[in-house]
Amino acid sequence: MPITSPGVYAKQFVGSVQDYSLLAGRAIGDLFTPPRYIGDTITQMDSIGVGSLPIVVLTGFFTGCVLALQAAVSLKEFGAVNMTGRLVALSMVKELGPVLTGLMVSGRNASGMASELGSMKVSEQIDAMRALGTDPVRKLVSPRLVATIVMLFFLTIISDACGTAGGALVSVVILKLNGPAFFHTAYMSLQGGDVVEGLVKPLFSGFIIATTGCFYGLSTTGGTRGVGRSTTQAVVVSSVLIILVDFLVTQLMIGIFGR
Amino acid sequence: MAKPVAAPTIPFELSPDMPVVEFRDVSIAFESNQVLCNVSFQVFHGETRIILGPAGGGKSTLLKLANGLIQPDSGEIYVFGRPIIGMSGREIFEIRAHVGMVFQESALFDSLTVEDNVAYRLQEQHLPEDEIHKRVVEALRFVELEQAIAKFPSELSGGMRRRVSIARAIISRPDLILYDSPTGGLDPITSNTIIELVVKQRDVSQTTSLLITHRLQDAFTMATHRFNAATGHMEPIPDKGLDPSTRFLVLNDGRIVFDGTTRELTHTQDPWLRAYLQ
Repeated sequence: MPITSPGVYAKQFVGSVQDYSLLAGRAIGDLFTPPRYIGDTITQMDSIGVGSLPIVVLTGFFTGCVLALQAAVSLKEFGAVNMTGRLVALSMVKELGPVLTGLMVSGRNASGMASELGSMKVSEQIDAMRALGTDPVRKLVSPRLVATIVMLFFLTIISDACGTAGGALVSVVILKLNGPAFFHTAYMSLQGGDVVEGLVKPLFSGFIIATTGCFYGLSTTGGTRGVGRSTTQAVVVSSVLIILVDFLVTQLMIGIFGR
Repeated sequence: MAKPVAAPTIPFELSPDMPVVEFRDVSIAFESNQVLCNVSFQVFHGETRIILGPAGGGKSTLLKLANGLIQPDSGEIYVFGRPIIGMSGREIFEIRAHVGMVFQESALFDSLTVEDNVAYRLQEQHLPEDEIHKRVVEALRFVELEQAIAKFPSELSGGMRRRVSIARAIISRPDLILYDSPTGGLDPITSNTIIELVVKQRDVSQTTSLLITHRLQDAFTMATHRFNAATGHMEPIPDKGLDPSTRFLVLNDGRIVFDGTTRELTHTQDPWLRAYLQ
């Protein structure tokens, strides 16, 4: 395998960032001018949102369960085991719900987008679409962008709810804590800023998942092997970006809300 | 007997003596690989230009350039008298509305049925559903594939997919058709069926077309045969005649090595061309 020089690698990296930015910009710009593919957007919402529901529910629920178990062990040392509800709710709503949902949806859908669009690219279906007078960014990328952002927002809310429910179940059944007290401390601990923080993150994650998946799909070269490579890259890059942007948004929200 | 699918028109007020497609000193390279080098040629209204040459000679690139799917590094390309280099997306889509393209591997949309594949362009133009269905049936009848209307591409053979691709290209009654190796990878019998369809489209509609082929016998079949509307089949032109609207362009290593008629090609004294033809 030939070794790429740092200069060439840097140029390729800058070129990729430029292409990614142009694609994302065009996908957003196309939302404001006709034609709009409403039917494709709804199909994608079904595929991304409804299709991801089982994994999001299960991940959220068991994360809440584990969180309650782990939190109770630490809080017991301080005699604060009754604060389990507060810890579970805050962790789920502010951090684990948005991030884990983003990562699960990324694993399922960024890879799906990259492989679907990559297969279309290598079999000349993207060129055929252009030859038939359709802009592939408008037809394929913009509907996926809208669908992912909208559905990830609601999936995160479901994940938060399932996580809290899982935490409550473990607290009541295994830790023998008081159920109403769990929900009361959970509810009282949450402030407006926490909810806003938890609901802003999926908007960024949805944008990252859709644009990264579509970018790697539309950049695919090299036949079926290239499709596999694009799929892997889409999942890796979108997962890393979700965690990176999570850190930046958290910093921003702490700056705005002070917690 | 199939009805003519296309009524030949000249779009954009193009006078008959102006070329439908014109390349002027077009060059393109991918990274360090020079694919086309100073390519110039003209294709006039009603002409069928067969593009021959060894694999990797830049033939498919040339067709994609003619449809504005890629941009050259230098030179000028005119389609229907309009320069397509530097055109906005909207303008290029306006040009493409008059161009049909048949891709090398058919490039049918996997997730759509044959009907939706063929109807794709008309659906994008928001034509009434009954009008779309009528024209899909008409186009599929032209390629003799009406029975496959509800099937998916994965259920079709290679030759059937190629015929659906031709139906998709002609449904909008284009003024220019680009065929990228329509017989590539097919057995001789199926190839002959595809060539018969291309000849039928040429003779019934007199649509200007560019056709790439690797099979010399396909190229010469097109030059020496015509479509008989009475019998519904392709037949040799009497007295060893040649189709006057069929001309040849031969590319080698990204350069044009021949541009002329069938007779000029078969009587060439160029040693490389003679070796290639043999």
